[in-house]
Amino acid sequence: MHHKSIRQLSQHLQQKDISSVELTQHFLQRIQQHNPQLNCFVTVTEQQALAQAKAADAAIAAGTASALTGIPMSHKDIFCTHGVKTSCGSKMLDNFIAPYDAHVVAKMNHQAGMVMLGKTNMDEFAMGSSSETSYYGVVKNPWDLETVPGGSSGGSASAVAARLTPMATGTDTGGSIRQPAAFCGLTGLKPTYGVVSRFGMVAFASSLDQGGPMTRSAEDAALMLNAMAGFDPRDSTCLNREVEDYTVNLNQSLAGLKIGLPKQYFNADLDSGMAQKLEAATNLLISLGASVHEVDLANTHLSVPVYYVVAPAECSSNLSRFDGVRYGYRCDKPVDLTDLYKRSRGEGFGAEVKRRIMMGTYALSAGYYDAYYLKAQQLRQLISDDFKQAFTQVDVILSPTAPSTAFKMGEKTHDPVTMYLSDIYTIAVNLAGLPALALPAGFINQMPVGMQLIGNYFSESRLLNIAHRYQQQTDWHVQMPAGFA
Amino acid sequence: MSFSQTDVAKIAHLARIALNEQDVAVYAENLSNIIELVEQMNSIDTTGIVPMAHPQDMAARMRDDVVTETDQRQLYQSIAPLTEAGLYLVLKVIE
Repeated sequence: MHHKSIRQLSQHLQQKDISSVELTQHFLQRIQQHNPQLNCFVTVTEQQALAQAKAADAAIAAGTASALTGIPMSHKDIFCTHGVKTSCGSKMLDNFIAPYDAHVVAKMNHQAGMVMLGKTNMDEFAMGSSSETSYYGVVKNPWDLETVPGGSSGGSASAVAARLTPMATGTDTGGSIRQPAAFCGLTGLKPTYGVVSRFGMVAFASSLDQGGPMTRSAEDAALMLNAMAGFDPRDSTCLNREVEDYTVNLNQSLAGLKIGLPKQYFNADLDSGMAQKLEAATNLLISLGASVHEVDLANTHLSVPVYYVVAPAECSSNLSRFDGVRYGYRCDKPVDLTDLYKRSRGEGFGAEVKRRIMMGTYALSAGYYDAYYLKAQQLRQLISDDFKQAFTQVDVILSPTAPSTAFKMGEKTHDPVTMYLSDIYTIAVNLAGLPALALPAGFINQMPVGMQLIGNYFSESRLLNIAHRYQQQTDWHVQMPAGFA
Repeated sequence: MSFSQTDVAKIAHLARIALNEQDVAVYAENLSNIIELVEQMNSIDTTGIVPMAHPQDMAARMRDDVVTETDQRQLYQSIAPLTEAGLYLVLKVIE
């Protein structure tokens, strides 16, 4: 059952070949069996899942079910879930039982009737590219337990890749859906900024954060995005657009599709093995009717520096809410109010979070605003203009998702800057607010290789279409990590 | 530029984060490396460029001036570390 696609699971449920309770029990049993090895779940909500499954079976019997009713799924532990611990991978929120549901949770689990199996592990407050900064320990990559699953949505990626959940939510501030999808051989989509509501999603860098689907195939991602996307007045940046069905164009022809290859990405710095895989993928897309053109993203090399001003600045502001007073961790026996703040934050946050808060605090401190934040927002405009220009020439931009396949645990933890550079291909997309999809394009030494498709604003449907057509011709996305059959 | 341990102690105070003495040196080195990365931004002249506010150049959405939030003080305070009579308790600030 755990090999089936979301569409197949939906059919089985509708035809009553299997009940949602049986399906839920199957995945709960797999989590129990494999999670000790992978550490991809921080909370398993067994009782709640079975209750939701029972309700789903009743809805299916009554004929009131939607296509996704009764299908199990999991949430990254950054989405608030009413009555369930929402830790964001931090000691700061280890005792935080969310008093309300995120918009995405309300839509998926209450409106669409999907079953939540549990909450997935992640880099603390989504700050990291390897899922090694969680208060709950490192997450492992099912393709090789010595390597990282990527981050920050590494728990979601690991769980979907090991078939412990048919799908999981992720969030992407600088690549946190796409890079783990690449490392674990999954399909992950970061939608256009404003397509998915951020209400109830613990804020890291509000102008960059966006939730999205992490699945095994593009078809699954389209079905999942249908349940996630939509207007929410409670997020002031959420866009009020007509509801879109992301599955309708999946089978559209690729004839006439113009693919851009940025000359800044396809150069001598790109690993030759990765370059080969991407060339093969590009050739396959050409055989399906696409053409290839060089595009110029002249300012893209400044994405990482710009990001490490914008994201820490916004994080220092957002995380100032954690003060030991209203909720979350409070230090023991504070001597005065300043001591309460300082020790609650000093003891509650991990090293990477503290680094970013301090970097942001410095960038926003008196006298430095123009030199850092303002300068970064100006460059952000230039980076965005490069994409605007490129999309007058091509429909989609193809690139690697990450510079390499999954790296070894501990390999980059000693040098934050080295870790930051593992997101060089994904960050510009967040700065420009564009949609981008990561999908598997082969293997190097038995480890998945990621390919990224970047589209213009609101081109999610086209990206999913290209990925789906590619996946009809390839079998990278259906391969299984050994030991999790 | 690079950060001295005094700089880091000052930033940590502004950010209201308590650091151990031995950690200050590590953060000074980390933050110096990060700022070195960030300063690559200076390779491009951005005089006259309008800073980005939102990717879609949209205006902030307005809504009717009506109450939309219900009173959920009890629920929200049920997860607070310390409350009394509907108030959050902190240490005495004014003598």
